[in-house]
Amino acid sequence: MALAAGATFFAAQTAEAADKTLTIYTYESFTADWGPGAKVKAAFEKTCGCTVNYVSVTDGVALLSRLKLEGAGTKADIVLGLDTNLVDEAKDTGLFDKSGVDTSALKLPGDFKDDVFVPYDYGHFAVIYDSQTVKNPPKSMKDLIEGDPSQKIVIEDPRTSTPGLGLLLWVKSIYGDKSADAWAKLKGRILTVTPGWSEAYDLFTKGEAPMVLSYTTSPAYHMIEDKTDRYQAAAFSEGHYIQIEVAGLIKSSPNKELARDFLKFMISSGFQDIIPTSNWMMPVSATSEPLPDAFSKLVVPSKTFLMSPADVDKNRKAWIDEWLAATSGN
Amino acid sequence: MLAAPERRRAISGGALSLAGIVLFVGVAVLVLLAAGIESGGDTTLSDPYLLGVLRFTLLQAVLSTLLSVVLAIPVARALARQPRFPGRLWLLRLMAVPMGLPVLIGALGLLGIWGRQGLFNQALAALGLSQPVSIYGLAGILLAHVFFNMPLACRLMLAGLERVPAEYWLVAGGLGMRPASVFRFIEWPILRGLIPGIAGLIFMLCATSFTLVLILGGGPAATTLEVAIYQALRFDFDPGRAVMLSLLQIAVTLLILGAMTLFRAPDDHGLTSGRALHRIDGQGTTARWIDALLLSAATLFLGLPLASIVVTGLEANLLKLAGQPIFLQAAVTSLAIALAAGLLAVLISFAIIRARSVISADRRKTVSLCGLALTLSASSSLILLVPPIVLATGWFLALRPLGDPSRFAAILIVVINALMALPFVIRVVEPAYAIHVSRTERLAASLGLHGMARLRLIDWPGLRKPFFTALSFAMALSLGDLGAVALFGSDSLMTLPWLVYSKLGSYRTNDADGYALILGLVCLLLTIAGTAGQGTRDHESRGND
Repeated sequence: MALAAGATFFAAQTAEAADKTLTIYTYESFTADWGPGAKVKAAFEKTCGCTVNYVSVTDGVALLSRLKLEGAGTKADIVLGLDTNLVDEAKDTGLFDKSGVDTSALKLPGDFKDDVFVPYDYGHFAVIYDSQTVKNPPKSMKDLIEGDPSQKIVIEDPRTSTPGLGLLLWVKSIYGDKSADAWAKLKGRILTVTPGWSEAYDLFTKGEAPMVLSYTTSPAYHMIEDKTDRYQAAAFSEGHYIQIEVAGLIKSSPNKELARDFLKFMISSGFQDIIPTSNWMMPVSATSEPLPDAFSKLVVPSKTFLMSPADVDKNRKAWIDEWLAATSGN
Repeated sequence: MLAAPERRRAISGGALSLAGIVLFVGVAVLVLLAAGIESGGDTTLSDPYLLGVLRFTLLQAVLSTLLSVVLAIPVARALARQPRFPGRLWLLRLMAVPMGLPVLIGALGLLGIWGRQGLFNQALAALGLSQPVSIYGLAGILLAHVFFNMPLACRLMLAGLERVPAEYWLVAGGLGMRPASVFRFIEWPILRGLIPGIAGLIFMLCATSFTLVLILGGGPAATTLEVAIYQALRFDFDPGRAVMLSLLQIAVTLLILGAMTLFRAPDDHGLTSGRALHRIDGQGTTARWIDALLLSAATLFLGLPLASIVVTGLEANLLKLAGQPIFLQAAVTSLAIALAAGLLAVLISFAIIRARSVISADRRKTVSLCGLALTLSASSSLILLVPPIVLATGWFLALRPLGDPSRFAAILIVVINALMALPFVIRVVEPAYAIHVSRTERLAASLGLHGMARLRLIDWPGLRKPFFTALSFAMALSLGDLGAVALFGSDSLMTLPWLVYSKLGSYRTNDADGYALILGLVCLLLTIAGTAGQGTRDHESRGND
């Protein structure tokens, strides 16, 4: 019985056959039916005479683990959905090739340049608050840390998620050596720490906590899809840490030309037009139409923090240990 | 009493199942260890962080187990005493729902009642109490673990109490035993035999709890070893460390379980003439009131969070959601995996139980046979301690040389889910099997029935009911599982829990609530199918009055 069921899935998985197939590894919300995946596939297939085939896993971290698991045997031509904090580790796998794409014209906050990974969108981390319960949102990280401990925030765990790691790096960028003290103070305001973004955001929208760590672009989703401006991002005077999402080309890909075409397509308006209202992130280059109104109401950070991938890779373990020590005591 | 070839076949069936389990787990662990050694990962286990994690893992698991078991006793007893309590069958069915719910959804249901904006705190606020009761921290973890595990303990205990021979109740009634004496002389001896096994099972479930502990724990002070394993594999990709941590988890739990078996009473399955239950001790007014109160409290405790899932789920457009092609695909995939995993689990369980039963009936058993029986019971439970992510990753690495490992995803998920369900299924089937054997063995032997004829005429009719109950148990468990899929996931393998999570992952909270409700309903339907026979039993007992 198990074998029979398995065989059916085999058949389903090996059924896709086309002359030229571009296999893109990405994360789940990219390929979901409401995500950008289907539109990107349709737009690119119109020009390339090929079939785009997605393989998706839960998120960027899972994507990198999957690559490490598969090693040189990976079937991916392109990996789409890592972020800058992961690129050093990704390069260490030795699986990626130079992109050959000129990204010098891209206007990205945080000044990220790389000859392997091509950025395709970005978002700043931000504290999102419920304006119905929070009348005086924090105006800075200092406000957040020293504010009323009865107004709770839900954050993500840096051991298991990229937003959690993002907050860790954000605090580190602002407080440096004094980060442990900052965390110890913030601890009283933390309602709970969730394994990933989904759990945290769900607790927030269910009203369990009036604040959550998410992205400056989150309110755009609520304004456009839910027609409400109840949920807002708090602008922090120190500045915000940025998450830049990138894609890269697999060295062993038999379709390198096609893959490079896709990477170039990614920074063109054909791809960028789709990103804001389906991936809910900011485009990296001009879109053919102006962004919807809601995007003009979003917080524009006064300053952008971005650590070099090498620094993150080198210090991540030590910083997580510091975070653990600072927040786990009683 | 079995003919020698049949005995041999039963024993080799058990041995084969054991070999299969050991092989499946062993390959995964060895491959990971090899990968860990190759990458020269840092595998020291002595850092203070880990000690803290270990301490907390054990503390919360011991407390959760204690609470779940202690609270289950009066509820199971009340259920046993009141076979005609209104809605009793539905309460029993509801008790199987938490098993099949993905943990996150159960947690959200609990938050709907006990959370800061939950029913309970709103009621408190209406009474003018401003300080909300907090579900975050150790208390929240315990509450959630009791919610998930107390019903399980209850169902297993009730099954035990219902196997008490009717003659006992006749005697108890004739002697005019008071409830306290009934408990002391009849119920407690039965429960005492069951509790170590049930507690062991629940302890393992709580020791490996992950999402629940992170969400409700409040912060890094509350983390379990499972988080460390998850981090080692997922973020650090350090397979060696993940395996070391898993082994540490198994070693520590073995110690605790070993200590627990010291308290184990010899279990005896009473022989019964098969007469229907007729309990006089539950008929007094006081007893009825106490039981009604207990059962109502249990129903509320269990039912309110589930109701909260229903209420939030109904806010979604269920018809539209259920009509989505992606949902249909996920539902079919989930059901196919659950059915395959359920059948596999039940088949392995029968093989193991049959082998154990044959060995224990053997008067001249050799040391090696005793060893086999012991290993069989241990291995089927310990599998709970090897996290699915460890098994899945190990097999992923092992299958890599054969090409794209995700092609094997469906089979691996089925096997992993089946192994995860094994300990539950065994606890459902084993007592029923023991009674069945003791009732029918002599007869079958004297009639010279064996092989297919025996299966068709004697075993299938007698064991059909536990077979379906166990199958529905295993299927519900498999339906709620997210673990193995998360690693292998590809677009052609979308399951229901994964659909829920992916909706949550992109702001679609409302859709996620809707799908969570549908998933809960499917689990309930399964339990109804699995307990279908129990209505008839109630009917029979009424006829015998």
